[in-house]
Order: sequence, then C-alpha cells, then structure tokens
Amino acid sequence: MHWTTRQTAMAEQGYIASDDLAMAVHLALSLGRPLLLEGAAGVGKTEIARVLATICDTQLIRLQCYEGLDAAQAIYEWNYQRQLLTIRAAAEDGETGRSVEQRIFSEDFLLERPLLKSIRQSKSPVLLIDEIDRADEEFEAYLLEILSEFQITVPELGTIKAITQPIVILTANGTRDLSDALRRRCLYAHVDYPERDTELAILKARCPEVEAALANQIIGFVQSLRQEDLEKKPGIAEMLDFSAALMGLGIADLTQNPKLLQASLATLLKTEADRFNITVEVCQRLAGQAA
Amino acid sequence: MSRVSKFAGRDPGPAARMAGFMAHLRAHGLRVGVGETDIALRALTHVQAADPDETRRALKTVCTGGAEDIEQFDDLFDSYWLNGGRVRQKVMPSLSETNSESVHSSRPANTGQVAAGAGETTAPDEGTGEAEADGTGKLVASAVQNLMKKDLRDLVQPEQIAEAEAIARRLGAALRHRRSRRRKAARKGDQIHFRKLIRQSLSTGGEPLSLPKKQRPDRPLKIVALCDVSGSMTLYAQVFLAFLAGLMRADDACDAYLFHTRLVRIADALRDKDALRALGRMSVLADGFGGGSKIGASLQQFSRSYARRFVDGRSVVLILSDGYDTDGPELLGTALAKLKKRGCKIIWLNPLKGWADYQPIAQGMAAALPHLDLFCPANRLADLAALEPELTRL
Repeated sequence: MHWTTRQTAMAEQGYIASDDLAMAVHLALSLGRPLLLEGAAGVGKTEIARVLATICDTQLIRLQCYEGLDAAQAIYEWNYQRQLLTIRAAAEDGETGRSVEQRIFSEDFLLERPLLKSIRQSKSPVLLIDEIDRADEEFEAYLLEILSEFQITVPELGTIKAITQPIVILTANGTRDLSDALRRRCLYAHVDYPERDTELAILKARCPEVEAALANQIIGFVQSLRQEDLEKKPGIAEMLDFSAALMGLGIADLTQNPKLLQASLATLLKTEADRFNITVEVCQRLAGQAA
Repeated sequence: MSRVSKFAGRDPGPAARMAGFMAHLRAHGLRVGVGETDIALRALTHVQAADPDETRRALKTVCTGGAEDIEQFDDLFDSYWLNGGRVRQKVMPSLSETNSESVHSSRPANTGQVAAGAGETTAPDEGTGEAEADGTGKLVASAVQNLMKKDLRDLVQPEQIAEAEAIARRLGAALRHRRSRRRKAARKGDQIHFRKLIRQSLSTGGEPLSLPKKQRPDRPLKIVALCDVSGSMTLYAQVFLAFLAGLMRADDACDAYLFHTRLVRIADALRDKDALRALGRMSVLADGFGGGSKIGASLQQFSRSYARRFVDGRSVVLILSDGYDTDGPELLGTALAKLKKRGCKIIWLNPLKGWADYQPIAQGMAAALPHLDLFCPANRLADLAALEPELTRL
C-alpha cells in the first residue's frame, strides 16, 4: 500500500496529516513497529490513534499514564476478593492447599489491564500509550520488554505471548526526557502546530459549515496568536472550539464586534496571564492582520 | 543543487550504502545502530525508494529519535545521498539559529555554533576507491567564541571533588519526596497489601492471620543546580564548581547549569568519568566565565526551555548566586514565579549571606525572596555540608 493512500484514508476520517506524519504512520503499520509521537499539547497526537482504529476497523485500547502508574493498573491484577472467597469455600470442601493454589492463580482470577488486554485480542487492536513521559522511568523500562517481545510475564502463570501484535502509538509532550532505549525501539515523528494550509483543511473537514472567508480569518488569527508570548499556546482542539463559538455567536467577520471576540477568547486562552496579556488592542491588531 | 545520487555504478550495493549512511548519522551524533539499518532497509521496501522525498521521509521517521535529530536530519540526508557538487558547504550540518525549547542539549544555548564531527562519513566512497571522493572531506570544527577564558582546572583540585561528592551524596539523601503514589510493602503501612495477604493466607487454609501492610515510600528528589559564574562570584566559583562536580557524580538524576550573561547546560560534561577532564570540557562550554551577570534573563531562559522538561513537582532547584544582577529585579521575580509554578522547591544559596551584617538589599535578591523555600548562606564546602538538617525539614 502506498503511503498517500493512508493519508487519504485518514483525511476521510477527518484527520489531515502532514506528509512526514503520514509516512511515519504508514511505516509503523507496514513494519509493525511502535510509533512515538512527540509535540506540544493539542496538536492531535492522541487523535491519530482514534483515527487509526477507525481506519483499521479495530478496537482502541488506551492506557493513560500518570506519575506512579504501576503494574496493577497497567498490566494485570489478581482478583483478590474472589481469591479470598474461593480459598474459604475450598477450605470447607476440604480441598488441598496445592490444588487451591493452582486454581486461584489461574486466568479466571486475572483482571486484564490495558497492556495485557492489547496482546490477547483476536484482531490487532490499536494500543495508545498516552503521555508516556508522565509515567516513572521504571515503568518505561517495563514497557520496553512488552514493546520488543510482545509478551508479558506473570510470575504465578508464566509468560503470556501475544496472539496478535497490537499497533502501538506512544505520545509524549516533554514532561520528562525519555530514555534512548525507548526512543530507539520506536519510529519517531514530531507533531508540530500545523501549517496554515493544513490547519485550514482541518477546519474545513471538521466544521464544514464555516464560511471560507471566516475560516481564513480564524486560521490567520489563531496562527498569529501562537506567535505571541503565551504560557499555553492554543492547539487545534482550541481552534475548533473557537470556530464553533464564533458560529454560535453568529459572527461572520472577526473585526466586526471587538467585545464578542474578546469574550470568545475564553476558548483559546486557558490561563489568567494569557488572558491578561492579550488585551482588546492586541486582539484587534491580530484580527485586523488576519482579515 | 541537482538531485542525483552521487554514487558510482560499481559500489557494493544498497545495503552497504545504507550502512554508510548510518555511520554518517552516527558521526553526527544521532543514536542509530545495526537495528536501525535493518529497519531502514525494510522501510524502503514499503515506499517508492527511487523518489528522494519519499525516501527522506521514510528514513527520517526511522532514524530520528527527538526534535533535535529532526532539525539536523535534512542536511545530513542531503550531504550523504545527494550530489552537492564539489562545493562542500552542504556537508556541514547547519544549526538553526533559534534553539527550539524542546531541544535538550549541552551546547551553549545562543551561540549558534557547533563543533561538527570529523569526516570518514561515506563508507561506499572509502570502500571501493572508484566513486567520487567529495563526501569524505573532514568537517571543520568552528572556533568557539573567545570572550574571557579561564581554565576551571586551575580552580578546582581533585581532592575537593571527592570531598564535595561525599557532601553532595549526603544532601541528596536528605532531600526526600514523601508523596509517592505507588505503595510498597512496609511493616507499618496505611493500607493492606492484598497480594501478600493472599499468598500468606494460603498456608493457613485461607485464614488471613497476619495483615501485611503497604505504604508510600520516600523517594529521592531530583536536584537541578544553577550556578552563577559571573565576575562577582569568581571567589566562590571554586567551591561551587567542586560541589556541582561532586553532585553530578553522586546522583545520576540531577542536572546542572552555569550562567553568567547566558545559560549553559553542563550536566553531560560534568558526568565525564575523569573528574579533571570533566572540568576541562566545562571550561570550553563556559566561555564568558567571570564576566557580567544577567540572573533574571538566564533564569527566564531556563524557565522557558529546560525547566519545561526537567523540572517538575519532584525537583529541587538549587540556585548558587550572590544576587547581583545587571537586569531589573522584575525579570528575576517573574522568572522565579514561573519556575515555582512547575511545582518545584527553590533553594537559594548566597555566599554573601555568610557575612555578619548581610541584608538582602540587592534589588534582585529582594525580588527573589518571596519565591524561595529556603535562603541560606554558603561559601565553603563545610557550609554546604551544614545544610543537611535544613534540607531534611523541607
């Protein structure tokens, strides 16, 4: 399959990918390698996984990482309550300790968490490991075993091998530096804020009801807003919210009503300092340039 | 530039060329190995390898591992695969003027100069002797801006580093984070350790006789040290640099920077196994040593770039400076406020505070005070050692 075919397929699902990104996705699927996506928040890293799952017509399994994520939440956990009950019941039936032990450490008592679940599907799922840089370094090391071998070792059960290999997407936004070992195991793509044309295409795909002239203004405005010194730059999701807000307010031209525009900035600027810095004058200047 | 391959028809074939390309990338600091060569060759079977743009994209995603690599990749690709003619300018990987904030590097942040690795980068040329030789040129290391150089090796003795290392180790141990979310088995814990309980209850027929507990363990905090090496600090630099060198050796997770009029990351240089060579490498990085000081601007730069990646709620930012700043105090205040927002603890060690009648009236220092968790004197190694109880209390 040609890589542009994938790009088109993604576009049909409303995801406009840059050439570099489309190539990375194509190779990740063709070679069966995990894909590491890095970039600022709100540029659509997570969305790729969702779109891929739709294209490949498969399940999306998501593991959200956070500080202190442990094996019990990421890989598997024994169903302790059920184990306790079984032991009590077995004791009354006079079952021997050994056979009870074998029974309660069997797969019936295993609770699957995302990583284990993803390697035991009959059809390759898309496994999204979101914000991997938030998890601890120890977890990253464990992830390496799964990413290279696609097998998980449960001490009481032995090694569980993958039935199908999941399509793995990892995302990171630079909370912490990732290890070289993990980077080397993955294909890499840096997702940046989109170019003007790409972003315009995204807006058209997601909100087809926005008039062409207004769409141009919106993209021009958001793009120049990103050039300002902001604590949190508006991402694509914010841009779409902003467009929806403008549609809802019935604004057809950004320069038409400064007060309403200022109010609708709530969708783009998410910190107090940013709201304070982008004054009515700055906002009007940007809107004027975009028009 | 004409877009034709520069290889002669009789070279050993695509696999060897790819191996040569990998060697070329490695020579320029990309982290690629044999595994990548294999994946790269397989990747090319999935694209139209005859199309240079397509090949470029495919190899980019395989061979790069970070934003820094991506910046370099296009130039490296051109210099290896495409015939740049006899003009050698294309071989030099150009560093873009603005260092992206997501790039993590020991290079001086603003000079825009880079010492590029030396030649022997194209294996096919070397291998056959048939092909044109224009890819084999040595890359020239550009001269480093020479402002006011001092060799740090003259300042610091190896024995001091050993002593500082011991102190740094103790300080690192004193800094503990008590909010870990992961629990570990402990004799006195606040939650029941179910996994252990089940295991133990098996031996008593399912009757849980003992209740093993688990608890949040203490975790080490990551130290990020920022050392002022401006003119007014020259007297104390000796102590602080020895301390930094010791700190780097004692703790793998910590991070160090120098600043005077700008900020330089020195963590990688300081981790060199040979203590004196580490200082030598640092001297090269720290040109401008003993010059003016722009604390506010340097901290601002830090909070905008490195801090976003390396400072979080489990970090302690250690600032070693006298607070004499040529910039306005507001800049320092906002920089520290921004840093503080990342959830870290900020400790300021000021050599002047050790003086009998010292008052923090330097404007910069006054602006910084509200943002500090701890403000302590330090001008000898012994003073640093005395910090231990203070840090335990944090």
